[in-house]
Amino acid sequence: MAANPETIFETVEFTLNGKSIEALAGESIIQAAERSGTEIPRLCYTKGMRADGNCRVCVVEIDGERSLAPSCCRNPTAGMVVSSDNERAKKSQKMVLELLMSDQPEQSYTLDNELVQWAKKMDIVKPRFRARHQPKADLSHSAIAVNLDACIQCTRCVRACRETQVNDVIGFAKRGHNAEIVFDIGDAMGDSSCVACGECVATCPTGALSNATGAHQIEADRKVDSVCPYCGVGCLLTYHVKNDKIIRVEGRDGPANFSRLCVKGRYGFDYVNHKQRLLKPLIRKEGIPKGINEHFDPNDPSTMFREASWEEAMAFTISGLKKVKSELGGSGLAGFGSAKGSNEEAYLFQKLIRVGFGTNNVDHCTRLCHASSVMALLEGVGSGAVSNQVEDVKEAEVILVIGSNPTNNHPVAATFMKNAIKQGKKLILLDPRRTEIARHAEHFLQFKASTDVSLLNSILHVIIYEGLTDEKFISERTTDYEELKENVANFNPEKIEAVTGVDAEEVRKVARLFATSKGSMIFWGMGISQHIHGTDNSRCLIALSMITGQIGRPGTGLHPLRGQNNVQGASDAGLIPMMFPDYKRVDNIEANIRFEEYWSAELDKKPGLTVVEIMHAILEEKIMGMYIMGENPAMSDPNLNHARSALAALEHLVVQDIFLTETCAFADVVLPASGWAEKDGTVSNTDRRVQLGRAAVPTPGEARQDLWIIRDIGKGLGLDWNYQHVSEVYEEMRGAMPSINGITWDRLVDKGSVTYPCKDIDDAGQSVVFVDCFPTKNGKAKLVAAKATLPDEQPDTEYPTVLMTGRQLEHWHTGSMTRRTEVLDALEPVPVVYVSPQDIEKAGLEAGGNVTVKSRRGELTAFVRVNSALKQGEIFIPFCYHEAAANLLTNDALDPVGKIPEFKYCAVKLEAA
Amino acid sequence: MSIAEKNPQAINRKKKHNRGKVKGRVVDINALLEVQSLLGNESRAKNLLIEHLHKIQDKFGHLSALHLVALADEMRMATTEVYEVASFYHHFDIVKENEIAPGRLTVRVCESVSCEMAGSEALIVKLEATLDSDIRIQRVPCVGRCDKAPVAVVYRNTIDNANADNVKTAIDGNVIFQAMPTDTIDLSAYKRDGGYQLYEELISGKTNSEAIIKSLEGTSLRGLGGAGFPVGRKWGILREQQAPRLMAINIDEGEPGTFKDRFYMLGDPHRFLEGLLIAASVISINHCYIYIRDEYPTVIEVLHQAIESLKNESVYDLPEIEIRRGAGAYICGEESAMIESIEGKRGMPRLRPPYVAEFGLFGRPTLEHNCETLYWIRDVIQKGPEWFDSQGRNGRNGLRSFSVSGRVNKPGVHLAPAGITMRELIEEYCGGMLDGQSFYGYFPGGASGGILPASLGDIPLDFDTLQPYGCFIGSAAVIVLSDQDSAKKAAFNSMKFFAHESCGQCTPCRVGTEKAVTIMETGEWDIDQLNDLSTVMVDASICGLGQAAPNPMLSVIKYFPHELGLEERK
Repeated sequence: MAANPETIFETVEFTLNGKSIEALAGESIIQAAERSGTEIPRLCYTKGMRADGNCRVCVVEIDGERSLAPSCCRNPTAGMVVSSDNERAKKSQKMVLELLMSDQPEQSYTLDNELVQWAKKMDIVKPRFRARHQPKADLSHSAIAVNLDACIQCTRCVRACRETQVNDVIGFAKRGHNAEIVFDIGDAMGDSSCVACGECVATCPTGALSNATGAHQIEADRKVDSVCPYCGVGCLLTYHVKNDKIIRVEGRDGPANFSRLCVKGRYGFDYVNHKQRLLKPLIRKEGIPKGINEHFDPNDPSTMFREASWEEAMAFTISGLKKVKSELGGSGLAGFGSAKGSNEEAYLFQKLIRVGFGTNNVDHCTRLCHASSVMALLEGVGSGAVSNQVEDVKEAEVILVIGSNPTNNHPVAATFMKNAIKQGKKLILLDPRRTEIARHAEHFLQFKASTDVSLLNSILHVIIYEGLTDEKFISERTTDYEELKENVANFNPEKIEAVTGVDAEEVRKVARLFATSKGSMIFWGMGISQHIHGTDNSRCLIALSMITGQIGRPGTGLHPLRGQNNVQGASDAGLIPMMFPDYKRVDNIEANIRFEEYWSAELDKKPGLTVVEIMHAILEEKIMGMYIMGENPAMSDPNLNHARSALAALEHLVVQDIFLTETCAFADVVLPASGWAEKDGTVSNTDRRVQLGRAAVPTPGEARQDLWIIRDIGKGLGLDWNYQHVSEVYEEMRGAMPSINGITWDRLVDKGSVTYPCKDIDDAGQSVVFVDCFPTKNGKAKLVAAKATLPDEQPDTEYPTVLMTGRQLEHWHTGSMTRRTEVLDALEPVPVVYVSPQDIEKAGLEAGGNVTVKSRRGELTAFVRVNSALKQGEIFIPFCYHEAAANLLTNDALDPVGKIPEFKYCAVKLEAA
Repeated sequence: MSIAEKNPQAINRKKKHNRGKVKGRVVDINALLEVQSLLGNESRAKNLLIEHLHKIQDKFGHLSALHLVALADEMRMATTEVYEVASFYHHFDIVKENEIAPGRLTVRVCESVSCEMAGSEALIVKLEATLDSDIRIQRVPCVGRCDKAPVAVVYRNTIDNANADNVKTAIDGNVIFQAMPTDTIDLSAYKRDGGYQLYEELISGKTNSEAIIKSLEGTSLRGLGGAGFPVGRKWGILREQQAPRLMAINIDEGEPGTFKDRFYMLGDPHRFLEGLLIAASVISINHCYIYIRDEYPTVIEVLHQAIESLKNESVYDLPEIEIRRGAGAYICGEESAMIESIEGKRGMPRLRPPYVAEFGLFGRPTLEHNCETLYWIRDVIQKGPEWFDSQGRNGRNGLRSFSVSGRVNKPGVHLAPAGITMRELIEEYCGGMLDGQSFYGYFPGGASGGILPASLGDIPLDFDTLQPYGCFIGSAAVIVLSDQDSAKKAAFNSMKFFAHESCGQCTPCRVGTEKAVTIMETGEWDIDQLNDLSTVMVDASICGLGQAAPNPMLSVIKYFPHELGLEERK
């Protein structure tokens, strides 16, 4: 065989149980043994986790050594003679099992009890030793039952919590036979800082930590591999299904999650079984006014709607759309697709709007999350997606996170950041709130809300004027540097200190650290994008990356953390008003012609309206008919009173969803659709990975697959659509998108996850892009100078407080799914307003009491939550609570480029309620 | 199968709990201010956690939940990281919201073998009956004054030959800090006697590192903490490791029966410090850590003063020397557990390899020594290897410092030739057995070294000589039993000690010691079960604690079967 350097491994030959075997470099005895077919018992050792060697059940005899050695923690050396099955080794292995078994409860908390299984294999019949005094059960947490009578102190949960997820909740306290697993300082789990990621449950070998539902004691009928329906991280998972119901979720070893999940992914699955699921099509009853009024009741749709057959509902849907189209033309219609649906749904939805409705008025929640980031990226580097994948943090030296609360909003991505930090990488965190991850930061710059541009320009200033730029990179790969340089001339940090509230010396340190590291990677979230200067914020970040040459290599680059599980894919698929699939502009003649040919239809040549613009157009009576699939603008749009009045003004509103959402209160017809766990389809994560989800359970009642509802509306509008299988839609989409050309449906069925850009079937996909050039016309990045602008609405004496909105760990977006899952709702059941201790005192509030928050646009009442992460004068409200909808307060002023509203800043006042 | 059905309380209690605060405990502003003021300008580095916990414990008499949470916040640690460390060490009293703080004063009474033999149990009963209820009486393992048994410690004042009266007198007089020794050899006295000359020769180039290592390699001087690793070889290994290298000195003398380190440190601290400086110079170490058990406040103070005087008066370019205070954990005398403790963590021994010499403190190559080992460096070099080696007896070489306690007339530290027999030691150094008592047996090396019967009182005591008998000399802590004592009782005492002091990391030790206690406490020893426990503990424990814990028990089975109602086994 020809010598191929890639296939030469250093191996070590040693003797195991009299047989000579080879260990690969770095392999422990237990691993080498396993590969060669010898199983050595193990409890504290498990794959994917640091071996700790504490249980001692894997001990082996090594010739020449006095005591036995843990095979999980010892690497064989050449010629070593090891026995795992001789009398001496087996004696200790069995004794360890017997000792642990003597302290086990009669009944196991899991069907998959590793201790019991090993004891059985090693013939431990009845342990002889008196059982210890057993601790009481801790059932204080809604997701996880703690039964430490089954605990064997193997510390797998500790390592899961501290080393894998780095949530640092579980500790190993006290000592000797009193040594115990604790939460925080020995608190009940339900009172602790546990974020219920469930990593401990997943790894516990004895069920001492198990699902509170008892799901580990039930054998599943089937296991179905799919993808998590929540955030953009794109964790792969497996649904365990019994009697057509999901009983539990297990993390699957995906490239974006390495089997990890967060509380939503692991415990937020039962919403599909919620009693409020829509089971039949609904048509508004005559004379019932639209709106969230006394007739609106998600528990009882019959107060506002009557049930209809699918035939009638579809006929009603289509005739209403046709009527508006005949009155106002295609531009009188609009559609909101969903970043929660599959790529196939997004693709078919935008095709329906463009081909069937005859308009580009199609948008989705990307407008409310990263529209400004995408615009800045397209302008600067020619591509709206991330340059490097999250996992790349392990290659970086510096991780800069700004305007992002990753432990809450991208929890599994945050674990990789924290892992990297534990490995010595440095975190620079810039945020108005001292979020959880701040504890891990080398530098935390808590700047005044909305002063991002000033802060970033001052960092750019230091880099440029201290001579820390990468001149070669600037000259070879960028344009317009001089304008940028001139623009930041006045932003020296000492001068900007008063604006941002950040110590100038800290700014200088951060700038130096970022610029001079071997690899600096930037992550950002909605804190950057949801401002009227959101595009400018992103332009600064792009400039930061470019002038330091921190792009185009592993461990560098730009990563806007995408929010929804498929916001990347939905945008790629063209679910935006100005772009066809793969970001081809609708007003580009060539692209327009190409798609007219591809779709055999005449297409609108001018960009359509965006989310908030559509609301304005409705009130101007320019748009009178809408089709909304899986989005909830009556909760998610800014200045809700305004948005809701627009929705109410529509002549014909078709809403397709799985629950009677707030948006349904404005619908003329509601079409019951499919939950994620009920469908086959692909989604694209924040890392540019296309991943395949599979239906685990059937749709309930008469609910139908979203994809087929879209298809049937198309058919009703006269389109010749005969798609029979999801793959047909996918393959058509692939034909329209060179970026995923190499990712065939069959490849996805085989691999589950493939990264793009992907040229052809043999291309593994490019994990790092912009290596040699940027996909711009001249191949160079365009640097864009950003002026510091004030937010649209400033605090004043009447409304003295700044409101920021966002998400909580447990709840997803408008809460339509998560507030209908038992565990998540139990963890965060009521609306809260996060207030600094100083403001609580100043406004005469009480933690846990009520507060009324008012803005010029609306008001809400919720519970006060004290939070020292906030600076005085700034409050935070999650927008998932319909009973205290944060967006009643928010300002609908838009970023001029990205058309994204300023969710992150408006003026409010607090009143004790 | 909903949670609401299965576990309604979880759902109900969350609703009210969560509203007003974020998850977990919220930092109390006042507690934070108190912690900040206690820590002052000192570093918040994680490795100082135990030092900072001491500050809170010393100031408030306990560690409240509020302070723990505040300290975690101040040190940017997770609360559980602070809690697991605080709860590991016996000298920290954690008091949570619904718990009662320990009384105004704590009296610790040693209940280890020597003190038990001297009547500690009766003393405890008496104290419990007579002292005020706000005085907490704590049963504690060996405090290192076995020659003055029984011993009680009133707060930080050790009462030798304690009885209800002298304990009460100390409490009533509020004499709660131990008087400093008056006979410590100070810097000038030490220098007058030729002290630091060898060190000066080394740094001035009159002698060199190679010569010193060569001398050491030529002697029988071995590590005197118990493991007995040849000193010269250790230094040689360290010199080959990559810089920066560190030094960690073990004065966590916790083996029941041992008190030689305290004796030497209080008597002649500079002799030890000169050894330390020579080691640091020879191996090019510029940061040394001295770990001292919390039971030795006077040793901590004496060494602080000695280091200070050296800094003030000398012209030497001293390495950084940091003293770290233990917190009541025998296991921290184990070399890697001590390193973990210096790093501010729980004292859980590390798995080896890698060895401390390669991957020690803070991941650096580390020279770890028992303090007595360094104490002898000057003499061995100056007087020459021949002098040291010529001291042995019965075919053995060198000197051993025996800590003798139990039924002899003159307990205390006796510097005697290595290889001396027990009978010789008793007769020549200890003034014979107590009147009317006859020699019955002895622990040759503290609780972990096993128990030998009087019939084996003529074997040489040294490294390697006792292995054939299932025993070892360790730190040479000799406890002499007489016909008034029971080996079975002493072995049970030892097993309770090991169960109490097991770190809890590995199954054989954590569960094994506890199961052994439950069997032994019945009085009816199940020999098969105990032998099985012993096998797994000896073979499969991570460190020497678990591996040695069965020794006294096995000794009883082997040498004192009559106490178990059995025939002697051969």
